[in-house]
Amino acid sequence: MNIDSIQNGIVIDHIKAGRSMQIYNLLHLDELECSVAIIKNASSGKMGKKDIIKIDSVMDVDLDILGFVDPSATINIIRNGELVEKKRLELPRELRGVLRCKNPRCITSTERDIVHIFKLTDPATATYRCKYCETKAERRGV
Amino acid sequence: MKNLIDILDLSTEEIEELIQKANDIIAHPEAYREKCRYKKMATLFFEPSTRTRLSFEAAMYELGGQVLGFSEAQSSSVAKGESVSDTIRVVSGYADIIVMRHPKEGAPMVATNVSYVPVVNAGDGGHNHPTQTLTDLLTIAREKGRFDNLTIGFCGDLKFGRTVHSLISAMARYPGVKFVLVSPQELKLPSYIKKEVLKKQGIPYVQTTDLESVMADLDILYMTRVQRERFFNEEDYLRLKDMYILTPDKLANAKEDLSILHPLPRVNEIATSIDDDPRACYFKQAVYGKYIRMALILKLLEVD
Repeated sequence: MNIDSIQNGIVIDHIKAGRSMQIYNLLHLDELECSVAIIKNASSGKMGKKDIIKIDSVMDVDLDILGFVDPSATINIIRNGELVEKKRLELPRELRGVLRCKNPRCITSTERDIVHIFKLTDPATATYRCKYCETKAERRGV
Repeated sequence: MKNLIDILDLSTEEIEELIQKANDIIAHPEAYREKCRYKKMATLFFEPSTRTRLSFEAAMYELGGQVLGFSEAQSSSVAKGESVSDTIRVVSGYADIIVMRHPKEGAPMVATNVSYVPVVNAGDGGHNHPTQTLTDLLTIAREKGRFDNLTIGFCGDLKFGRTVHSLISAMARYPGVKFVLVSPQELKLPSYIKKEVLKKQGIPYVQTTDLESVMADLDILYMTRVQRERFFNEEDYLRLKDMYILTPDKLANAKEDLSILHPLPRVNEIATSIDDDPRACYFKQAVYGKYIRMALILKLLEVD
């Protein structure tokens, strides 16, 4: 399969196979005017299969969201057809307004206009807990 | 400015300092009678409580301060739909320190985002209750004279008992501490506490359903009430509530210097015939609660 290489834009590479649509939605890529290519199940030497997203425009990508959903992904910034920067992701220490706390007893379920904040409590297991009630974040359905 | 939301907000040195202060207040109460003159404490109890609210109020009065507030949400602006943030913004303009209990977990943390004065968590749902833990720690310090090298048994509802979770987290910081966890299968200590507190720090613990088999090992026995309000199913509550009733015959093998603690209120999990046993510390513990709260108020108000 052939997809044109981009001149100025971003390639999110090494996405765990199957996660690209989730990332597409979380980064609101559907709102972009430019072309966006989602490549699913591309073959990868390291990963077996991987997903790739190519965005034909230079934009700010929310690295916190991406780091949370798939810390193994890499970001390549392309300018004039050349790779100018490669970014590796880290688990963000804090997620603001990305996840909603599902605990019905948490104050965030009733307090008006409160920002839902999750903190990284265990990097080894990538565990995030609600700043307010300490309920563990669920990755499913993010 | 400092707040107290979770017992782990305090270092072991700060806890030691509070305990020393509380001991000094117990020894010289007259020296503290005017310490908080002209200071006001707001007690915002969005959920009813007897012991905690009265001990905070008694603590402030004994320091010569004043108290204002409400004891249930119905008699506050919350009944009109005011948010926690708005209530706290307003009240922190009226008082020097805020003590709050709220049924929602994390509500006192929300308060700290907007308050101009120190906030103390006096219980947020089933989540945290740090001043109960300070009370328990002062009791252990006075009864045992140390925090290290103790075998501490917890008995009853270890699943929903927030006082148990906080005391385990606080005591896990001292060397040579062992835990014995006695509960019915359904009310075992949550696995995340075992994993994130006990296993992570390599702290030895035993789990059992049989209190008498472990009694002889214990330096401290922390009894808890099985709380009706935590059950969805009345049948389960009725089945489990009487599983552990501490009676004099069960203490047959216990150490002479065992200390029996209970956060109170008690229903029937400790027979009243134990109240006169010198090992029963739970009523003393309630009194210590006032003194440690006095020490905490002084610390947060930065009064020497």
